[in-house]
Amino acid sequence: MSAFVDAAPPLVNASRFRAAHEADWTRLDALLQRIEKRSVRVLSEDDLLALPLLYRVTLSSLSVARETSLDRALIAYLEQLCARAYFQLYGVSDSVWRDLLGFFTKGWPRAVASLWRETLVMAFLTVAGAIAAYALVRADPSWFYGIMPDGLAGGRDPSASAATLRDTLYHSQESGLGVFASFLFGHNAQIAIFAFALGFAFVVPTALLILYNGLMLGAMIAVFADKGLGLNFVAWLAIHGTTELFAIMISGAAGMRIGTAIAFPGRRTRMAALVEEGRSSAIAVAGVVLMLAVAAILEGIGRQVVTRDAMRAGIGGVVLVAWLIYYYGIGRRHALRSPQ
Amino acid sequence: MRFVRRNRKKPPFTLRRSFVTPEGVDLQLELGGAGTRAAAFLIDLILMLLVLIAATVTLFAFGQATRASIALILWLIGAFCLRNGWFVLFELSGRGATPGKRLMGLRVVARDGARLTAGAVLARNAMREIEIFLPLSFLGAQEAMGTADAFLTIFALLWTGIFLFFPLFNRDRLRIGDLVAGTWVVQTVRRALAIDLTAIGHRPRRAFPDSALALYGVYELQTLEDVIRNGDPDARRTVAATIRRKAGLADDGDDEGFLADYYAALCARLEGGLLVGRRQLDKTGAVAG
Repeated sequence: MSAFVDAAPPLVNASRFRAAHEADWTRLDALLQRIEKRSVRVLSEDDLLALPLLYRVTLSSLSVARETSLDRALIAYLEQLCARAYFQLYGVSDSVWRDLLGFFTKGWPRAVASLWRETLVMAFLTVAGAIAAYALVRADPSWFYGIMPDGLAGGRDPSASAATLRDTLYHSQESGLGVFASFLFGHNAQIAIFAFALGFAFVVPTALLILYNGLMLGAMIAVFADKGLGLNFVAWLAIHGTTELFAIMISGAAGMRIGTAIAFPGRRTRMAALVEEGRSSAIAVAGVVLMLAVAAILEGIGRQVVTRDAMRAGIGGVVLVAWLIYYYGIGRRHALRSPQ
Repeated sequence: MRFVRRNRKKPPFTLRRSFVTPEGVDLQLELGGAGTRAAAFLIDLILMLLVLIAATVTLFAFGQATRASIALILWLIGAFCLRNGWFVLFELSGRGATPGKRLMGLRVVARDGARLTAGAVLARNAMREIEIFLPLSFLGAQEAMGTADAFLTIFALLWTGIFLFFPLFNRDRLRIGDLVAGTWVVQTVRRALAIDLTAIGHRPRRAFPDSALALYGVYELQTLEDVIRNGDPDARRTVAATIRRKAGLADDGDDEGFLADYYAALCARLEGGLLVGRRQLDKTGAVAG
C-alpha cells in the first residue's frame, strides 16, 4: 500500500524546534568546550555575559523537548549540554585567592573554635593518659617498654644515664635535624588526618589514639623526672610541643565531631548532620596540618638556637597564647556571628 | 501467624539520579559505577607513583651534587604533599576531577547541587586514610609479623573491608568520604548533536495508512531511531521486513528510504498525540497522560 507519492513533509515538532534553537545550543557547546579545555578565563566579556543566558535557553529547550519531542538523541544531547553548563555555572569555586584569604581570616579559626567542647575532651584524655603513664613508669620503670614503641624512644629509656639524657636535651646533633623535623612533620600530620578519619568509627579509635599519645608523653616525662631532669624536659618539649600537642588534640576533636554527628544527630537527619560537621571539621584538620608545619619549624630552628630552659618554655607559652587568641578570640566571634 | 510476603517488584537498578537545578529542571545525572571509579583511582595511583619516582630521581641527583640535606627535606615534605594534596588540589580546580577521573569521564559534585567547597573536598579525601591506608597497614603488619594471630588478622581485615567496600553496599556508590563530605561522583558525558532524522528538507516518498502507523508506540519509535542511527544493514532489513509484514505493506526494495519515511510518519503521528496529552508508550497501547 505504500505507494510512492509526493507527499507533504510530515510536521515533526522536533525538527522545527531544533531549527529554531540549534544556533544557541551550538554556541553554548562551543563556549563550554573552550572552558573545559582551559578555564573560564579564556572567554571574552561578551561570551561570559552570554553564558548564563544560553544556559537558561538550553535548559528551557530541554524542558520543552522532554514534553513534545520523541527524538531520544536530541534529548540526550540537551541533557549533557545542560549538565555541563550547570557544573560550569554553579559547580566551581570562587577565586583561589579569595578562598585562601577567607580560610585564614574566618574559616580556619571558626572551625576550630566551634570544636571547643571536643577539644576539651581530647585535652582531658591527653592529660589523663600522661598522668597515668607518669605514675606507672615512676612506680615501675619496666612499664616504659610496654608503652613506648621501640623506634621512637631513641635511647631515651630508663636505663640511660642522666648525662646521656641531658645530652639529648642540650646538644642536638647539628646535621640531620632539618631532616628529622620534616620527617616528624609528615608523620605527625598523617597521624592527625588519620585521627580525624578514624572518628567516623564512632570516635572510639580516635579517643584511643589520643589517649595513647598522652601515655607516651607521660612515660617520657617520667624517664627524665627519674633523673631529676623533668622540668628541663618539659621546657625542651614546650618550644614546639605546645603547638604540636594542641594540633593533635584539635584533630582528635574534629574526628570526635563527625563520630558524634552520626551517633547523635539531634534534630537533623544523620546524613545531614554528618555532612555539615564533616565539612567544617575538615577545615579544622587542614589548619591542624599547618599548625604541625609551624611546630616543625619551631623544632628544627628554635630548639637548636635556643638552649635556655626559661626561653624555651617562654617561646612555647607565647605561641600557645597566640593560638588561643587566634582561635577563641577571632574564631569564636565569627562562630557566634554566623551559626554555620 | 502468617507472614505477609511483600510481593512488590523492586525497580530495576539504575545509576541515573534526578538532580533538580535551581531553575527546577531535572538534569538526570548518571552516577559513576564502582568499576569506573576504581579504575580512576588506580590511574591516579600510577600517576602519583610516576611523579614520585621522577621527583626522587631528580632530588637524588640534586642531593648527590650539592651534598646538602635540603634534598631529603624537600623529598619528605614533597611526598606528604603529593600523598595528601594530589586529590585535593585537582578536585578543587574548576574541573572537579583528578587526572584519573578526567580520563574515566568522572566528576565530583556536591549532592545538594551547591558548589563544591574546600571543606567538602578536604573531608572526602581525608577519609581515604581509613578506606585505603588502614586495610593496607593491616596487611603490611601481617606481612611483617608472619601469621601471628590469624583470627585477629581476619577480624581486622573484615573491619577495614567494611570501609573499603562501602561503595558496593549502597545504591548511590558513595564512599565513606562522599558520605562525610556530602558529595557524589557523576559521569560526565559529552556528545555531539546527532543528525536530524526528520530534517525539514526531507521529502518522504511514501504515504502510510493510519492502520499502519497505529501499530507502534514511543518505545518502538525510539528503538527504530537506534536502528536507523547505528544499526547494521542486516538489522535494518529485518526491521523493515517486520514492519511491512505487520502493516501489510508491499516490499519496494528500498529499506533505508522505507525506514526513514516510516520513522518520520510515525514520529509525526505520536507527537500529534503528545500535543493533546496522549503519550502512547508502546505497541500494547499503554498510555501515559
